[in-house]
Amino acid sequence: MQEIVMPSINQDMALLCLLIPLLPLLGFIVNGLGNRKIAKGLVGLIGCATVLASFLISIYLFLDFKANGSQPYTVDYYNWISAGTLHIGFSFLIDQLTLLMLLMVTGIGFLIHLYSAGYMSHDEGFGKFFSFLNLFMFSMLLLVMGSNYVMMFVGWEGVGLCSYLLIGFWNKNTNYNNAAKKAFIMNRIGDLGFLLGIFLIFITFGSVSYPQVFAEASKMTGLDTPVMIAITMFLFIGAMGKSAQIPLFTWLPDAMAGPTPVSALIHAATMVTAGIYMVIRSNVLFILAPTTLDVIAIIGAATALLAATIGLVQNDIKKVLAYSTVSQLGYMFLALGVMAFSSSMFHVLTHAFFKALLFLGAGSVIHAMSNEQDMRRMGGLRKVLPITFITFLIGTLAISGIPPFAGFFSKDELLAHVFEHNKVLWGIGVLASFMTAFYMFRALFLTFFGKFRGTAEQKHHLHESPAVMTIPLIVLAILATVGGFLGIPEVFGAKHVLGEYLAPLYTYARGINPAAFETGAISHELEFILMAVSVGVAVLAIIIAYFMYIKKEEVPAEEGAHLAPVHNLLYNKYYIDELYNTLIVRPVMWLSHTVYRFVDVVLVDGLVNGVGKFVILSGRTLRYAQSGAISFYLLVMVCSIALILFLNFFIG
Amino acid sequence: MNQIPDIIRTIPLNYYLYFSTALFAIGVIGVLTRRNAIVIFMCVELMLNAVNLLLTAIASYRADSSGQVFVFFIMAVAAAEVCVGLAIIVMTYRNTRSTDVQLLNELKW
Repeated sequence: MQEIVMPSINQDMALLCLLIPLLPLLGFIVNGLGNRKIAKGLVGLIGCATVLASFLISIYLFLDFKANGSQPYTVDYYNWISAGTLHIGFSFLIDQLTLLMLLMVTGIGFLIHLYSAGYMSHDEGFGKFFSFLNLFMFSMLLLVMGSNYVMMFVGWEGVGLCSYLLIGFWNKNTNYNNAAKKAFIMNRIGDLGFLLGIFLIFITFGSVSYPQVFAEASKMTGLDTPVMIAITMFLFIGAMGKSAQIPLFTWLPDAMAGPTPVSALIHAATMVTAGIYMVIRSNVLFILAPTTLDVIAIIGAATALLAATIGLVQNDIKKVLAYSTVSQLGYMFLALGVMAFSSSMFHVLTHAFFKALLFLGAGSVIHAMSNEQDMRRMGGLRKVLPITFITFLIGTLAISGIPPFAGFFSKDELLAHVFEHNKVLWGIGVLASFMTAFYMFRALFLTFFGKFRGTAEQKHHLHESPAVMTIPLIVLAILATVGGFLGIPEVFGAKHVLGEYLAPLYTYARGINPAAFETGAISHELEFILMAVSVGVAVLAIIIAYFMYIKKEEVPAEEGAHLAPVHNLLYNKYYIDELYNTLIVRPVMWLSHTVYRFVDVVLVDGLVNGVGKFVILSGRTLRYAQSGAISFYLLVMVCSIALILFLNFFIG
Repeated sequence: MNQIPDIIRTIPLNYYLYFSTALFAIGVIGVLTRRNAIVIFMCVELMLNAVNLLLTAIASYRADSSGQVFVFFIMAVAAAEVCVGLAIIVMTYRNTRSTDVQLLNELKW
């Protein structure tokens, strides 16, 4: 196999790159070992400072990368696994995508760490929390920076583990533990797919290193070869698990059991986007399998719509955001399915801004309400929590696609690409977009407008969050406002900064399918119409929400109240959990019990105990031979000797 | 004057074989059937002497003296053994007022 030569770099840069994941790891070790001994202030300082340092180094790397002509390079550290023809190096790939993800992960990660220092300040597991968060940062950075699929897989598993640990952070609550297990097991299903994909990549291309695999793949002839469909489908199954797509999405809403900063960091901004990162990273492979892309587009659209409909009727503020996340991830996959990789990445970025903001805002509300998450008990909070209200409003506007907030640009660009490709999917996307605007404003109105519906005690306790929590909110609100300007559509005469920046990633893919990367396939008039449609739809949704929840002051029905059939179906999430329970969990449990009862108890235990019982029984029987009568012993002795002689005579 | 080997050789070797086999068998049956420890002891001596006789006879027929040397060893060892054995029997008698081996059945399960 020919080595792909990449520009190597000097030692200082290599060390700097290594420091990015290493610093959070150090924070994890220090805070983890000193769990209860280190003072809370110091724990917070270590936790935040390590991530901030990684962020600063990432900025430096980014500037350096730009200054040196944007040439991707790999940093090799050592030969990690070497067996036969398999060589896996511990090395980082620094290119446009890596740097973008690095900035996003460390930047938002830092803000959320800072926020956590305030949010978790009353929690006794403060040190544990921060060490887990740092471990998560380490795994995520490994996932993003690794230069081969195996390193990505290590990070992939690492973030899954941290997700499990943090969902079950309050591990004295059985429900939370079950949610953590559910997340872990569902992710495991996806991970199996990912792993099979990696094996198949190695078998097909003889390497798992990105530069080599992509170079080999670009030489392949013919689209939709069975092996490429298999590889991409396996990889996509992995992405399904991590990025919560149908059918593996039910874990994400349950994951809201974890502390709110975790929901913001892991289950909205970073880990769940790993699936999208992986597909963009492997764009060459996916371009070679249009069938898989169609599957991705359909599943993405279905997920976007399904989750949005469930989001319409949820009463838990975090659950609304969780379903919204699933729905937005569906959008991103929809874009990937129509080969709009950059648009998908754009949406990942803006979504990270506004969804982290929304979760942190929700956290701020929950903090003020003494851990109340039910929107039916809230209301009228805008006067008490002004900063939270304004930032939450910005996040809501952004996710609803109201210009000029970030979500408008990314969602619009994404939908325009989908329109080019398939009108039906576009219709589904717009419908989901309408619902998004509706449920987000429903949440906003229920939480911040109208009369306060909580208890007197809660009312007395209401307070704006401390600065350590509001500063990240403000920063994220600014990002959610201006983030969209990274990708101003060409109709407005500006250049698409992000699209241009990411373009070199698709060199190989463009060679295979040039048509997919041509711009301007739809006319400017049409593009304006599409924008008008999505904005109009969002505004319509907001007006409906306004009339329902502000004019008529509707409050969702109490638990157990009679609901309309459709409402009931949505409220119970299409009974998908119950369906999985009946179709998968119960049969598996039944099978386990049966196997336990027959194979384990009867066969294995029977065999093992049988040997013991046989020895005991024979001992019990034979001991009667020890009669104590000397003549009997002598008889036995003589007979034995006679027998030996006899045998000797015949055999010898 | 005839030497002892010559005298022994006046009888065919087979006769010695049959005789000592019979003697040995009597000893074995005595050991297995009798209950008196002293008689059992005598039967053991009988078996030993059956072997001694055979050793002597074959040594004479083969003109090889090592068989006779063995006989002396066996006699010496048997004498020592008898000392120990009789001492045990005396102690047994003191404790049980009998030399019946059937009474010595305490060492059982």
